Formats: sequence, C-alpha cells, structure tokens
Amino acid sequence: MEHQSKTFEVELNELKETILKMGWLVETAIYQSVESLKNRDKNLAKNIIKGDVDIDKIELEINEKCINLIALQQPKASDLRFVTTAMHIATDLERIGDLAEDIAERTIELAEQPLLKPLIDIPKMAKLSQEALKMTLEAFINSDTNKIKGIWNKEREIDRLRDLVHDELVALMIKDSTVVTRAIPLLLVSRHLERISDHATNIAEDVIYMVEAKVVKHSGGAKGDN
Amino acid sequence: MPKNKIVIKNLNAWFGDKLAVKNISMIIEENKVTAIIGPSGCGKSTFIRCLNRMHETVPNAAARGDVLLDGENIYDDKADPVQIRRAVGMVFQKATPFPTMSIYDNVAAGIRLNGRRDKDFLDEIVEKSLKQAALWEETKDCLDKPGISLSGGQQQRLCIARALAVSPAVLLLDEPCSALDPISTGKIEELIHELKKDLTIVIVTHNMQQAARVADFTGFFLLGDLIEFDVTSKIFTAPVDKRTEDYVTGRFG
Amino acid sequence: MENGESKSYSIRKIKDKVFLGAMLTCAVLAVIPLLSLLTYVFWRGFSSLTFNFFIHLPTPVGEPGGGMANAIGGTFMIVGLAALISLPIGLMGGLWLAEWGKGKRGFIIRYAVDVMSGFPTIVFGIFAYVLLVLTMKRFSALAGGFALALVMLPYITKTTEEMVKLVPRTLKESALALGIPEWKVTVFVVLRTAWSGIFTGIMLAVARAAGETAPLLFTAFTNSYWNFRPDQPTASMTVQIFNYAISPFEEWNRMAWGGSLVLVIIILSVTLLVRKFSKRVYYA
Repeated sequence: MEHQSKTFEVELNELKETILKMGWLVETAIYQSVESLKNRDKNLAKNIIKGDVDIDKIELEINEKCINLIALQQPKASDLRFVTTAMHIATDLERIGDLAEDIAERTIELAEQPLLKPLIDIPKMAKLSQEALKMTLEAFINSDTNKIKGIWNKEREIDRLRDLVHDELVALMIKDSTVVTRAIPLLLVSRHLERISDHATNIAEDVIYMVEAKVVKHSGGAKGDN
Repeated sequence: MPKNKIVIKNLNAWFGDKLAVKNISMIIEENKVTAIIGPSGCGKSTFIRCLNRMHETVPNAAARGDVLLDGENIYDDKADPVQIRRAVGMVFQKATPFPTMSIYDNVAAGIRLNGRRDKDFLDEIVEKSLKQAALWEETKDCLDKPGISLSGGQQQRLCIARALAVSPAVLLLDEPCSALDPISTGKIEELIHELKKDLTIVIVTHNMQQAARVADFTGFFLLGDLIEFDVTSKIFTAPVDKRTEDYVTGRFG
Repeated sequence: MENGESKSYSIRKIKDKVFLGAMLTCAVLAVIPLLSLLTYVFWRGFSSLTFNFFIHLPTPVGEPGGGMANAIGGTFMIVGLAALISLPIGLMGGLWLAEWGKGKRGFIIRYAVDVMSGFPTIVFGIFAYVLLVLTMKRFSALAGGFALALVMLPYITKTTEEMVKLVPRTLKESALALGIPEWKVTVFVVLRTAWSGIFTGIMLAVARAAGETAPLLFTAFTNSYWNFRPDQPTASMTVQIFNYAISPFEEWNRMAWGGSLVLVIIILSVTLLVRKFSKRVYYA
C-alpha cells in the first residue's frame, strides 16, 4: 500500500534509486580494480581512482537526502528503519569504494614490476565479494531477507581464501626476500577484498534489521544458520 | 526564475493599542508554499490576515505598512479591499460552509454574489473548483445536498473549493487542519502540493511537523517578530537563531 | 448492602417520587386553564361556524344568515398593513443593533425597544388616534395598522437582533474573504442564515397582533360592510367580538363565541405550525 503523501512516496523511491546507483558504481569498481590487477592495466586503474570521487559525492547526497527526509517527513516504523539503514549502507559502500580505489593503486604499483605469479585465488575472492555485495543490495531494494541466505558462507570462503593467499605469499617471501616488494601489495589486495566482504555482511545485517526489526549486528547468532 | 508574488515591507498591525505584528518584512514566492510557525500568540494569524486586509474588519484593529501583491500595494489609499480579497483568498481554521446553502450553492456563492449568474458558467466553475479541492468524486452525485451534511474533512475541502471558485492568485490557509483527523489532514496536505502548481500558498500552522511536510519556505514568528525565514529543510535541520532551534526541537512553545 | 445504607436509599427514592409527583401535578394544573378555556370556547362557538358565518356580512338583529366575513377580511388587511410598516423597520433596526449596536447609541435604542415591548397596547392605540385619526379626521384601517405595527415592532426588532447575533462571526468572515462587498454579505449571507429564526419571530408577532383589541378600538373602529380602502374604518375580528359580546342580543353573543373560536384556532395554528416547521439551522 502506498503512502498517502505522494511526495513522501516519491522521495523514498528516489532514495532507493540513489542507493542502487551507488551500489552499481561500487560493484563496477571492485570488478574493474581486480581486472586491472589481472591485466596489469594502469589506465583502467587510473580511471578507477578518478571514479572514487563520484562515489564519495553520492554518499554525501544520500546522507543529505536522509537527514532531510527525517526532519521533514518524520518517517516512522519501517520507513524510519529504511532511512537509517540507507545511511549505514551509504557509509559501507563508500568504504568499499575506497578499498577498490586502493586495490587500483596497488595495481599501478605492481604494473611497474614483473609479474610475481599468476593470480588465481585473488580473482576468486573478488568474484565472491562482488556476489555478496550484489545479494545484499538486491535484498535491500526488495526488502527481502531470503536473498541474503548464503552470504555468510561466502564470507567464510573469502576468509579461507585470504588465509590461503596469506600463507602462500609468506612462504614465497621467506624463500626469496627480493619478492617482498611484489608480495606485499598482493597481500594488501587480499586483505582489502576480505574487508570488502565484511562490509557486505555489515550491509546484510542492516537489511535484516530494516526488514525484520531484528538486531543481528555483532551477535554472530544468525551467521550460524547459514 | 523565482518570482516574488507578495513583498511585505515593514508591516505593523495593532489591536487597539497593542502591537501584535512588529515591523515584518518578508517575501512570498510565487507557486510555492510558505509556512508560518510559532507558539500561540506570536502574531502569525494576525499577520496572515493582513495579507488580504481581513485584519481591519475586527473593530479597533489597524494595519500599516507595504504589502505589494504583484508589485501593487494593497494598503494604498486607492486600493479596494473587496478586489484584494478576490485575488487573495482565505480558508479558516473552522470549516464554515454556509448553512442554508447546498454544496453547489456554497461553491458558487462567491461568483453569484459578485454578479455572474449564468448556469453554464457556474456549472463549469463548480466542477473545476470541486476537482481542484479533491472533492468532486465524493460530491458530484449529490451537489444539492446541504453543505453541512458533509463530514468535517469534507466541509473544509468544500470551503477550499469555495475559495478557489473566485480564482484567487494566492490562497491563505489559517490552521486549516487543526480541527481535522489525521486522514483528512493528509488529504488536505496532498491537496496543497497539487494546488501550488497553480497558486501561491501561505499557511499558518501550530503543527510544525505539518510545516515540515508541506512547505517550501518557513518563517518562525515569536511575540510579533519574524525571527527566522528560510528554506524549510534548513529551518528544520540547521536553524540559525537559537530561539528557532529551541522552538523546533520542542524546548518551548 | 448494609441495612442502614438501604434504609437511606429507600428514603431518598420516596422523596424523589414525591417531588416528581408534585412537579407533575403543578404542570398539569398550569395547563388546565388553557385546556378548559379551549374546550369552553369550542363548545360555545362551534354551533356558530356555519358557511354563512364566513361569507356573509353582519345582518341587522333578527335577520338570520349573518356572518363575520368582513371582520375576518378586515383583520387580514389591518395586520397586513401593520406587517408592511413594521417589517422593514424591525428588520433593519434589528440588523443594525446586531452588527453595529455595541456603543452607547445601541444601548439606548435597545433599551427603548425593550420598554416598547412591555407597553400597554392601548397606549399605542391612543398614539395612533392622535397621530392619524385626528389628522385624517376619520377612523381608518391605516391607523389601526399603524397601532398594531407599534405592537409588532419590538418583537421583530428583538428577534432579528438575536438571530443575527447567533450567526457565528467566522461565517461572516468566510464570506468577506471571498471578496463580497459587506452589504451583500450582511443581506445574502448573514440575514439569509438567520432568516428561519427571524421568520418564526415575525409569525409570532403577527399572531400576537391579530389578537389585539384595544389598539383597534379607536383607530380602525368598525364597519358593517366590506371595506378595502385603508383610509376608511374597517371591521376586525377582535373588535367585532367585543361589540357582539357586550350587546344584549343573544344571536350576536353566539356569533361572538364563534368569532372567538375562529380567532383562537387561527392563532393556535400559526403558533404551532411555525414552531413545528421552523428549520433548525445547525452551524457546522
């Protein structure tokens, strides 16, 4: 059922669209940052770094929209949870954007040097974290927590892969200390990708609060189910 | 390019010796909703009643200053209050449909009593005004029922239709929803959003949430003074004057 | 319930019933004179109400078939004239008092109207006599109408003022805010809203005036024939009843009862109908 006030309805929908837009920008940034790493494409990486400015701008836009919505329309109950969740999501998305930007910077760093080893696990991590982000954004837009089932599995897999990459790189560095300048950036990239999936699960927890009014943040409770 | 519909300069208004509106200067923009908020007794109703020269109909009441409607001063010696009130309509707090008249007659009253009586013209205006007031669907089949047979919210919309029938350029609303339930209030707020496409609206309300929902600009009055006037979102997110902040956050009033 | 409590409760119930009974008895007692009067008039007058009574002029004593037709017509004419004179003045006066009568002038006028409503009506008759009968050198329906107008005027003025005052100020303001000139607002909105109450008052004033005798005794006087000219003496029901009642002729006395019955019926009907059908105006 729609709100009596068309203006309110319109503004809520606008907010949803803006978040979707930000999510799309961020998803693209993750994908492209890892592509640029795989292909050692400095130009692509430079574009990603430039593009982060847009992501930051949208975060400010979303925050302002939310503050105005709260001050002017006094949303209650599910509407209020929606607006506050939107603000949290914007913050998480902006952090993800920053992490993707950082990955792009590592790309530029690494492109100057010869390839250390073919990338297998890092692209896997990237794919998983992209999927996780997509799931949560879909859940948010559709107010459907079913779409988040399985996200914690992905998170655990990403954690496992990060540990794998970590062990592999450390072994390489111990064997030959000259590879350190190439190994450390890769270590950082894997860390960033794991952080990205953490942010995605944060968003998932916020969406659960928004839809079910259940607080699962910091509890680890719901995670056991998946 | 925003146009100034009403420019108010140094407006003062008295009840006998008591100065109720103190030297107010303000701009009302065309096709926008301007809200006036403030605690009881702050002069907001008095102020709005000066915009269509209704204030002076109270015995011993007086107003002085410049109120320029489309550039012409309504307080000029040559200005005719009756003409001004046709251009600047008003809806009051308590819905007052004319008790002896039907719904149709109520809406047509302003036009009939000003000379136009041809049925086709009246039919057209009545339908247009009731549609503008979002009351047409509910009344089109019973236009000759007495105006007072409608519910409270409907009566207020009838009064709005009646005011709209004389085609004013500005509509003044003096706490139009105070006596109404939330659903009726919501309907009228929705109505205001639609109406501002064709008219300029000034609304006085003691319900600041309503001002927040409905208005483009908001002015805060206190004891006859205009304390702050700005875009509504600014007044409710970051007001400049501490008194505005105190009122809006509910610390007083 | 304790024994003590139920005892005081029973006493209270008994007291209640006693007082209710006493009030009912008093109410009945108050109505008895009216009922007995109506019954008596009906009983005495009914036989006179023949067709002739309403159609024919009075006949000399002894001749059968006389009636009070001219008196009935005369009452209508004289009261009509009275209404014509008192209505505009009363309406406008009442309107003025309600809208602008707050100061000293209003106080004086209102006071005068109040005094007038309690005046002995025969004095109005004397006033009309001096003013119109002596100057015109004859009795006339006009003089009678004038006297009755003075009787009706305070009632109409007061009712108009009360009813107009009842119209809420906000109603008037709503109309003014539509850009309607003030006089039109007063006439077409305020007066129209108050009209049903005012009309009731006018009808009651008419009923009152129709029943007056003293003011007509030496103004309209009487007439044995039809008269439609306002400047001539005219018969009226009240005066005719008076003349017939004090006459020594039995036939005329009977007709007096008949006339009384007709008068009572007219006034009663007007009063009851007006009260029943006056629309209650509900202010939103």
